[in-house]
Amino acid sequence: MKKAIITFVLSLMPMLALAAGGGYPLDAIETDHSDKASLQRGAKQFMAYCAGCHATQFQRFERVADDIGVPHDLMKENLMSTDSKIGDLMFHNMDGKEAKVWFGATPPDLTMVTRVRGEAWLYTYLRTFYEDKKRPWGVNNKVFPDVGMPHVLMELQGVQIDSCGDMDPTTVDPLTGEKVCGLSVDPKRKGSMDPTHFDRAMYDMTNFLSYSAEPMKLERQSLGIYVLLFIVLLFIVTLLLKREYWKDVH
Amino acid sequence: MEKFMGWVNERMSVTRVWEDHLSKYYAPKNFNFWYFFGSLAMLVLVNQLLTGVWLTMSYTPSAEAAFASVEYIMRDVEYGWLIRYMHSTGASFFFIVVYMHMFRGLIYGSYRAPRELVWIFGMAIYLALMAEAFMGYLLPWGQMSYWGAQVIISLFGAIPVIGPDLQQWIRGDFLISGITLNRFFALHVVALPIVILGLVLLHIIALHEVGSNNPDGIDIKKYKDEHGVPLDGIPFHPYYTVKDLVGVAVFLFIFCSVMFFFPEMGGYFLEHANFEQANGLKTPEHIAPVWYFGAFYSMLRAITFDIGPIDSKLGGVIVMGAAIAILFVLPWLDRSPVRSWRYKGMISKVGIFVFGFVFALLTWLGTQPATQLYTLIAQVCTLYYFAFFLLMPFYTRWEKTKPVPERVTG
Repeated sequence: MKKAIITFVLSLMPMLALAAGGGYPLDAIETDHSDKASLQRGAKQFMAYCAGCHATQFQRFERVADDIGVPHDLMKENLMSTDSKIGDLMFHNMDGKEAKVWFGATPPDLTMVTRVRGEAWLYTYLRTFYEDKKRPWGVNNKVFPDVGMPHVLMELQGVQIDSCGDMDPTTVDPLTGEKVCGLSVDPKRKGSMDPTHFDRAMYDMTNFLSYSAEPMKLERQSLGIYVLLFIVLLFIVTLLLKREYWKDVH
Repeated sequence: MEKFMGWVNERMSVTRVWEDHLSKYYAPKNFNFWYFFGSLAMLVLVNQLLTGVWLTMSYTPSAEAAFASVEYIMRDVEYGWLIRYMHSTGASFFFIVVYMHMFRGLIYGSYRAPRELVWIFGMAIYLALMAEAFMGYLLPWGQMSYWGAQVIISLFGAIPVIGPDLQQWIRGDFLISGITLNRFFALHVVALPIVILGLVLLHIIALHEVGSNNPDGIDIKKYKDEHGVPLDGIPFHPYYTVKDLVGVAVFLFIFCSVMFFFPEMGGYFLEHANFEQANGLKTPEHIAPVWYFGAFYSMLRAITFDIGPIDSKLGGVIVMGAAIAILFVLPWLDRSPVRSWRYKGMISKVGIFVFGFVFALLTWLGTQPATQLYTLIAQVCTLYYFAFFLLMPFYTRWEKTKPVPERVTG
């Protein structure tokens, strides 16, 4: 029952995300907030690559540590800047005004990015940076055209080349059924991860940010089951009570 | 205990009030599914009041801190997320329940004499509820809070002569700001709840004066036993209190399924863009009001043309206002010799059924971007909405009705 409901909920998410995206087809993702190893890897990557510019200022270090199962001392050593306290909100250290000069816009807070844009959107966004010499940082993005952000994960992914040009990225060869063009890593400029590993890492990152958007999600769902069971019981009792009282009404 | 009640009753007749409104208030025995929604509306009202009180304990009504304080409630306050979701889900369910309750009145003619005041107080509650919901929606200070309010308040700007000043007076500023947020907070948590509670009281007093209608739309007071009790009436308590409890259980199951498993309801109950803090410099791609204003928003957008000296914007505002205003005079539009649609003619029956469908369609259209096709559908629906009411005095009088039974049927 519980699994069925959760699966159903999760299966709806990509649909919602698809509705929010632009034209580029989004890759489906099923996040799992109970996968603590994935959340920990995601948190580590987030702190290493994103947290320099992006805050998750509605979330506290302590809550994250407790929820994803990292002891406080390890959290302080590995996932926090030295001047932060465990109970602090997760602000970053960058000056917003300077950031605006560097990137054209202040990097947005990411606490609830998956609730604003959707999980599938984020998962696809992280994996669809490609080389575009016309852009100030030399890269562009498929789901966020003309994004102001550089490809900070290039050392992991390598440089992706887009072979589509103006072609529709969903075009398939009518004989083989395979896509005729798309994004692929330039073999001469590979990153430290192969595409499978990189996808896995981005899954973890999306999973972590999905957790960060609604940290109480697991609690909400498990409490929900008990509440619904109680209501079923309440229904039976009230129905019997009603029948008893209404016996003499004809 | 008896002695104590005697003492109290000599000073204030509590027992009489209890009897008049519950244990000796005789309601028709043939209430069906549609009659659950009155008490459910009360339940949701209580839910909104209680969760609202607890939310104000941790919410900060200022432009700088409002958004963060909502997330503080969601994350740092014990069970704050539950209280917040109860309130946000409750808001949408309030409208679902109220729309069902109003539709019940429509199909069984519960607005007809002598219940005109019951209907009018009900409509006033609906109006107050819309204001309450609109102002409450600004409080989380998300993008859609801000831009939704911007769109709605700008409607007042279409009013000739006083428009622009009126807009400024509502906002208290040249644009939506912390000042607007603060006054909406005051109205949302203090002023409007008092108004709504007062109106609910009047709604019930007016109802209990004349007695409840029923699915047959006939008067149960015509046949009484030797004690003056209507033969087809049963005391509200305990009969309907226990029956409504069953309805409450079913309702809670649906309510909690949504609240615990789909609190955003696919972006309809909590809009995606509202998880981003309000930004007066960044207009969202697609501004949609919350779903429960959809029908009226559709009608507003349906007026895409100028009518003489009235431009399309003012025309839209007039149509939207008229769509709500016309509901108030419904008791005088219906000239049918019978109340319930069970005994009305084919035109009324089909008319009401299609009306329900059209209203639902308009509601959905209001949440969608206005494409050419959607605008055309909205225009046809708007035309139907008004035709349904404006032609009512004619078709209800001309059509052939069925004979009404003397006593209530099942």
